[in-house]
This record gives sequence, structure tokens and C-alpha cells, in this order.
Amino acid sequence: MLTLSQDLLDRVLAHARRDHPDECCGVIAGKDGVATRLFEMANADRSPTGFTFDSAEWLRVYREVDDADEELLAVYHSHTATEAYPSRTDVLWSQHNEFAHWLLVSTRSEQDEVRSFTITDGVVAEEPVTVT
Amino acid sequence: MSIEVRIPTILRTYTGGEKAVEAKGDTLLGLIDDLESRHAGIKDRLITAEGALHRFVNIYVNDEDVRFLGSLETPLKDGDSVTVLPAVAGGSVGGAVAL
Repeated sequence: MLTLSQDLLDRVLAHARRDHPDECCGVIAGKDGVATRLFEMANADRSPTGFTFDSAEWLRVYREVDDADEELLAVYHSHTATEAYPSRTDVLWSQHNEFAHWLLVSTRSEQDEVRSFTITDGVVAEEPVTVT
Repeated sequence: MSIEVRIPTILRTYTGGEKAVEAKGDTLLGLIDDLESRHAGIKDRLITAEGALHRFVNIYVNDEDVRFLGSLETPLKDGDSVTVLPAVAGGSVGGAVAL
């Protein structure tokens, strides 16, 4: 289960809409499994079909989270023409990352779609998103 | 000669849980070979079979991404700091670094 505030969820959705038709991406940091703050990241690919964290920005964010004794709770990104479900590319990259949760947003229609997943050794499992 | 290498959580299985280890080398490749001699297995996570920097990691020398320096040939000197991070990417089809 991914637990986050309405404010953080609204910021994820707003980021996804703002960057559409390109994919957006970012980090949700947490403490003891509860989301604490959000970092909007630049999509170095500026692409409607993929994202890559800008390496310099990622180093700053990783340090800031680590220095605050917080955890990399979730990575979020948008799919702008397909469903909010991890792609093969997402599953591949998940195996090389440290995020407990993958939060996906789809902006393919005017209706927001947001879903959260754990991806463990390549196995995708959907989980509830709890908004506090 | 001693260079501090900061290791991300996902690779600490190779360093006995240590967040940072010391290593030596005149270039990044030399440093990675030195790391491998004491932390067997870590080199395969950093460098591909073809000998290129792995796309799943970012390596920084003094906070500069080595892809913008000399990649594995980046020269190192005493007191430099090296940071390894997991690269983060994904997407509906995949961007510049996809399959």
C-alpha cells in the first residue's frame, strides 16, 4: 500500500498534466513508509514515450533524501498515451533501482488514472493508493 | 593514494553493507578493478561485458557525471570522491536508453 497526502497526489497529477504529451517523472521521499515530500524531476529524454532522470539533479535529490535519513519511497511517472501500468521498460529498470513503489499516472484521457505497484524481481503487483 | 567511493543501497551487498569504501586507481577503470579485488562481483554491476559503463548506473567524480568527463578513462587523483548511484529511467516505450 502506498500512503500519501492529497496535496502530494495533486502535485503528481498536476505535474503529469503540465508535461503532457511528454512523460513526467519524480521522486516521493518518505519516512517509516509514509510519504513526506515530493521532488519533481526533469525528464532528460523530454519524450512522450520514456523518461530518464537528469543525472546531476538526481545526485542532489539522492543526497538530500539520504542526509535527512528519509527513504526513496516511490518513483512516479506518467504514460501519456497508454494505461497507468508498468511497461516492460519500467519492469527492467525497477530491477536496478531502490524504490519500494512505482506510482503511475496516465494522461491519455481527461480522466486522471493513477495506480501504484510494487515490482519485485520483475513481478508486478498492484497495490492500493491510500490518500490521507 | 586513497579515494572514497560512495556505494548506493542496491550495491551494498558487495561491500558488506558499507555506505562508503576506500579504493585506489589512476583512472576510473583502475579504481573499479581495485574495488573488484576486494568486493568481488561489483565490477559486473558497473561495466558491461563489452567494457562500457553500464547504463543502469551513474558514476560521478567530484559530483560530475563521468559520461560528461572521460567515462571509464576519467583520471583520478588522491582526495577525489567517487559516487555511484542507480540510474533511473522507464516509460511507456522507453526513451533514449531503452531496450
